[in-house]
Amino acid sequence: MTQITREDVLHLAQLSSLKLDDSEVDGLQANISDILGYVEKLNNLNTEGIEPTYQVTGLQNVWREDTVIDYGVSRETLLDLAPESIDNQVKVPKVL
Amino acid sequence: MTISEIKQQIINSSARAVIENTLKIAEENSDYHALLSLTSERALQRADDVDAGKITGRLAGVPFVVKDNFLAFGAPTTAASKMLENFSAPLQARVVEKLEAEGAICIGKANLDAFAHGGSTENSYFGPTKNAINKTKVAGGSSGGSAVITALGVVPFALGSDTGGSIRQPASFNGVVGIKPTYGMVSRYGVVAMASSTDVIGTFATNMTDAEIVMDIMAGHCNSDMTTLPDFFQIQNESKPNQKIGLIKDFMTDDVDADVRGKINEYADELRSKGHTVEEVSLLMTEYALAMYYIIVPAEISSNLARYDGIRYGFRAENVNTLAELYGKTRDQGFVTENKRRIMIGSYVLSSGYFDAYYIKAQKARTLLINEFNKLFENYDALIGPVAPTTAFGLGEQDKDPIKMYLNDIMTVPTSMAGLPAISVPAGFDSNGLPIGVQIIGSMKSDANLMALAKSMEKTNV
Repeated sequence: MTQITREDVLHLAQLSSLKLDDSEVDGLQANISDILGYVEKLNNLNTEGIEPTYQVTGLQNVWREDTVIDYGVSRETLLDLAPESIDNQVKVPKVL
Repeated sequence: MTISEIKQQIINSSARAVIENTLKIAEENSDYHALLSLTSERALQRADDVDAGKITGRLAGVPFVVKDNFLAFGAPTTAASKMLENFSAPLQARVVEKLEAEGAICIGKANLDAFAHGGSTENSYFGPTKNAINKTKVAGGSSGGSAVITALGVVPFALGSDTGGSIRQPASFNGVVGIKPTYGMVSRYGVVAMASSTDVIGTFATNMTDAEIVMDIMAGHCNSDMTTLPDFFQIQNESKPNQKIGLIKDFMTDDVDADVRGKINEYADELRSKGHTVEEVSLLMTEYALAMYYIIVPAEISSNLARYDGIRYGFRAENVNTLAELYGKTRDQGFVTENKRRIMIGSYVLSSGYFDAYYIKAQKARTLLINEFNKLFENYDALIGPVAPTTAFGLGEQDKDPIKMYLNDIMTVPTSMAGLPAISVPAGFDSNGLPIGVQIIGSMKSDANLMALAKSMEKTNV
């Protein structure tokens, strides 16, 4: 049975871009261990020689015309959705 | 109130009168917390356009509700999350456009588990929805608000999304019809993505005739959703006689409430009395379906929810100094715990070193499940079983234990993993007066047959 440590939880949070509050870590540690313990029952299943299924309808490489489609959404509308914008650009904190 | 009754009301009075009345009833029922917002202004404007003859169509003036993970005009699209609390949709979901093109009028947006992660609507950032039959019970989920608003009779139909049972289970808990179509039958364009390999769009209704009309309008290939299939859905007026139906015995174990099993057996007897054959069949992969689901779906969730970063739209955390801190705090504060749990499980199973053991293993198990279904459909026209192991449970009863909550999905996830159509149909009540749904499952693209069969079984007095 997979044991998930507190460090594992913090690592997963980092991989997931989640800066967790300390109060949430313990609960998630217990839940994630339980869930991974549950799904491990798949190990009882023989899947040798079986191909994985990622997509159920078998559609592949669906093409469309390479043309511009007007969805009637303006640049201003989209910029208005951003929490902060300036000079027609989305504003973010300093990266470096 | 059925669609045809509402159309008659519009003829007798006006679309404006009908929509005004619908909005009034919606507000009178606000203690159920089924709706997060009303789109009153836009709805009344459209009603006036119907009365002026500017809007026509099969559903001219007929009110409906959408789950609040559908982009629609007139109110924010929140996905019941803090992340999108103030998100004003720049465009509408394709299915909303299609229904509006037939004259239907969206009057509001329904509560859900945040980002549709849950089976009770208790994970909504804005608080839970109450069951339509008993206010101390959950609505089911994740499309709980849509189910309750339909069951209360406020609107004749409401849209939902179903990734692992999110239409069928709340339909069962509230005693209404719930339709999960074949994967790829209905466009998902403009609906907040959860797990792209199983997400489907469907509807709640009070009867199968209305459900058929709504699905007929929504179905079809969509150039903006490349996973949609070529058109195939066509309403079937008569149910095919003498069908061979399998009753899934792995859905009828002692873990399932005796009252639930009793109603399913009664439904099987009614099918027999109409000339169909019903016999027990095995679906041995039932045991593994939930395990594969809780690997594959979190994996897809972790990818799909990566877009919520506080940059281009939605919530952005304050008091941050770096970009990494902005991402981390935005996502910590913008998501509920269940969102985080699923994202982190997804990150785990997709990590190098675990990818083969979890993710690939689950996708191979999925193939075995699909093979088992295919084998059954060589001999059977449809399969039946319960929707959920119990009727609606109490508010706050299961929200502390995720595994217990996940186990409610054990009979709805197999069809989701396989992309099959499955519908939930009212089958009666338990000893406490809570509704029980029967699930009817078909092979890929057999939606019309399932719906015709269910319609032929509807009692004329409901």
